[in-house]
Amino acid sequence: MSRLDARVPEGPIESKWKNHQFNLKLVNPANKRKYTVIVVGTGLAGASAAATMSELGYNVISICMQDSPRRAHSIAAQGGINAAKNYPGDGDSVFRLFYDTIKGGDFRSRESNVYRLAEISNQIIDHCVAQGVPFAREYGGYLSNRSFGGAQVSRTFYAKGQTGQQLLLGAYGALMKEVESGNVTLLPRRELMELVLENGDAKGVIVRNLLTGDMERYGADAVVLATGGYSNAFYLSTNAIPSNVTATWRAHKKGAFFANPCYTQIHPTCLPVHGEFQSKLTLMSESLRNDGRVWVPKTAGDKRRPVDIPESERDYFLERKYPSFGNLVPRDLASRNAKTVVDEGRGAEGGEAVFLDFQDAIKRLGENTIFQRYGNLFEMYNRITGDDPFKTPMKIYPAPHYTMGGLWVDYNLMSTIPGLFVAGEANFSDHGANRLGASALMQGLADGYFILPRTIAHYLAEKGPQKVDTTSGVFMEAEQAASDKIEKLLNINGTRTVDSFHRELGRLMWDKCGMSRSEAGLKEALLKIAEIRDAFWSDCKVAGVENDLNQVLEKAGRVADYLEFAELMVTDALNRGESCGGHFREESQTEEGEALRNDDEFSYVAAWEFTGVGKAPVLHQEALSFSAVHLAQRSYK
Amino acid sequence: MDKTISLTLKVWRQKNAEDPGKFELYPVKDISIDASFLEMLDVLNEQLVLEGQVPIAFDHDCREGICGTCGAVVNGRPHGRLSKTTLCQLHMRHYSDGDTIVIEPFRAKAFPVVKDLVVDRSSFDRIVRKGGYVSVRTGQAPDAHATAVSKPDADLSMDAAQCIGCAACVAACPNASAMLFVGAKVSQYALLPQGQVERKIRAQAMVSQMDAEGFGACSNEYECEAACPKGISVSNIARLNREFLRSSI
Repeated sequence: MSRLDARVPEGPIESKWKNHQFNLKLVNPANKRKYTVIVVGTGLAGASAAATMSELGYNVISICMQDSPRRAHSIAAQGGINAAKNYPGDGDSVFRLFYDTIKGGDFRSRESNVYRLAEISNQIIDHCVAQGVPFAREYGGYLSNRSFGGAQVSRTFYAKGQTGQQLLLGAYGALMKEVESGNVTLLPRRELMELVLENGDAKGVIVRNLLTGDMERYGADAVVLATGGYSNAFYLSTNAIPSNVTATWRAHKKGAFFANPCYTQIHPTCLPVHGEFQSKLTLMSESLRNDGRVWVPKTAGDKRRPVDIPESERDYFLERKYPSFGNLVPRDLASRNAKTVVDEGRGAEGGEAVFLDFQDAIKRLGENTIFQRYGNLFEMYNRITGDDPFKTPMKIYPAPHYTMGGLWVDYNLMSTIPGLFVAGEANFSDHGANRLGASALMQGLADGYFILPRTIAHYLAEKGPQKVDTTSGVFMEAEQAASDKIEKLLNINGTRTVDSFHRELGRLMWDKCGMSRSEAGLKEALLKIAEIRDAFWSDCKVAGVENDLNQVLEKAGRVADYLEFAELMVTDALNRGESCGGHFREESQTEEGEALRNDDEFSYVAAWEFTGVGKAPVLHQEALSFSAVHLAQRSYK
Repeated sequence: MDKTISLTLKVWRQKNAEDPGKFELYPVKDISIDASFLEMLDVLNEQLVLEGQVPIAFDHDCREGICGTCGAVVNGRPHGRLSKTTLCQLHMRHYSDGDTIVIEPFRAKAFPVVKDLVVDRSSFDRIVRKGGYVSVRTGQAPDAHATAVSKPDADLSMDAAQCIGCAACVAACPNASAMLFVGAKVSQYALLPQGQVERKIRAQAMVSQMDAEGFGACSNEYECEAACPKGISVSNIARLNREFLRSSI
């Protein structure tokens, strides 16, 4: 307990951030160039943090694993970004955005952080517009807003269905501007292997140059991890294929506590799995549920094509169970209920999917209207599946999409390792047990543009500029450890591919630690993960050599880390004997089968301390207290 | 019930930048027609690994057509046969049993081959460094509604901004010109009030870097637009030409 000091400032919630900024130490403009900060990851959080710190005058080393910083997976975010501008005049405010976000997270996030996020939201929009991000506009020339799940106001700013892309290209442009200024050293195609600590403080990193295989050592006064989430623990997810837990996991092994790893978001409307070869799941905008009706056959084992199933033999299960919200229940409910009917053997055409049917909407509104609303989505569906949703219902199924858990950070976004800061999806901070749509982009940019550059100054000012010697013992040892790990992977020389292990782990996590979790299932998973990990280290085959572009080797390193991390996810899920947000514990439900939160026992952040691979981690609790909101149970009947 | 096809792949193999490289033939069997092109390559690579051979290196990331990482020239066309589709979004149902498919990297002087199908596109980053942004520092911005932007301009700007930087335009162009890529970036800002202050320097600096990288000139072949997975219009090249002229006088 004692090691978890969230450093939340005193005072009323509205003035915490303002007062805190005044109380934080500053680094004199002339002294900033004496400091170096390493930023790992160039998504929204990483690129915006690196660019802003460079603008302020720090030396920045920006590292990413892709060939260009513009490729980071923030690029794939579709929907939009929330802000409390209240431009539509529909009653929005900072407090309302704060309230919706904290309620959406099922009251499992830190109140002060969420308020700050809502407060900063408006500055983000101002800045991105000034950058030339082409947000959607109305004919009058002003910004257009749309509404999103979990809110009764229109506060979402968007750029077609490519908001993440446009915001990331804005941040990437800012980063490239700073590369040109000479303050940022850009290191693409590098993957973090080890975090280096000196006297307990984060002082550098060992990265593998993915083109040459060489290990490289970089030293700094502080390190920022903005390396994204871990949805690929499930193998199939909406994340990019290389997205990994490696950076955060290896930092965890060096002492950074990992918070709430069991909080994962399973998005209800994705294309279903259709074969062993499949490498990824594709998200379809949730907006489809506005006009599509979700159904499955009434009878288990009915594998008929949808057109052959008469109306009387269809079960519109969301409309039946939730008459007032119908097909528009929140993400977690829609996902869980789809799983229930599939588990009953009533999946679409006998598979792991449910139908999303537009026939009624087409009859009611005509093909033209439906085309105008969803034309691009129908085309995308048709391109991937070969089916035309105008003629036959879509088949959809939930897929892992976002991870709310991450490295534990205090109010300054610093982890339990001094000098190691964590931003964006990689930290645990603002979404609690469930993230609302259009709030991930907001958080990534709030962390990177506005919070980190301010809070990191305090740490740097307190420490003073450091001389970091990257040939010192700690660096050389860390480099050796990284090389040893690579060598170990290359020497297994077994008979199974890396992907076969990743698939096996993913299937297990999906079944036992996915949408619905039980004590028995989780305990079983803990045993099985260890078995898969042992099999990996004795029977995996990694082709090629170390000093080359070796994509199999890269993948093997990431899967090896998932095989360790998965145990922590399951341990956390086992510990949390309540249902909250995206985490549904079968033992904790109401008589009607709805999620039952347990505030008396579980109103805390679970931050885990690493003790060794395969060994039980130590739990540290950060109690959550709420002064500005009242805890309430969600109901959507 | 999954339909499968068997194919012969003729793939460009090149160990590194110095290696002259050559085509190799690989038979692939029982590929589901629901697999994407990259998943088909995954299947082949898994097979190669188990046989103790070196798998084919290819760049890929999001696999949903937005990151711009993937791409190869397939039977002579960047990203393959479907228009407005990245390679990761091309599915095998568009091929027939028994087909031979030729796969080679995006070729251009400014994109040296790194290995097999992987090329070095950092020349694009170096062009963006010279002006692919508005030079605003965090914290300087006025309220987002301080300046109204006409919707047609904002929409045109967005059309140009959709570029994913995949470089198919360069690979498709007989001159290996990067005019569509640069034109799209220059247009995005030229169309917005926020981009006006640096309008001239931007056009000059980006074009000058483009030339320095060894990209060719535009000779109005329109191959770039045809290959662009986002359908970015060649009118952006016309706008780049106008912007460049304006900035020169």
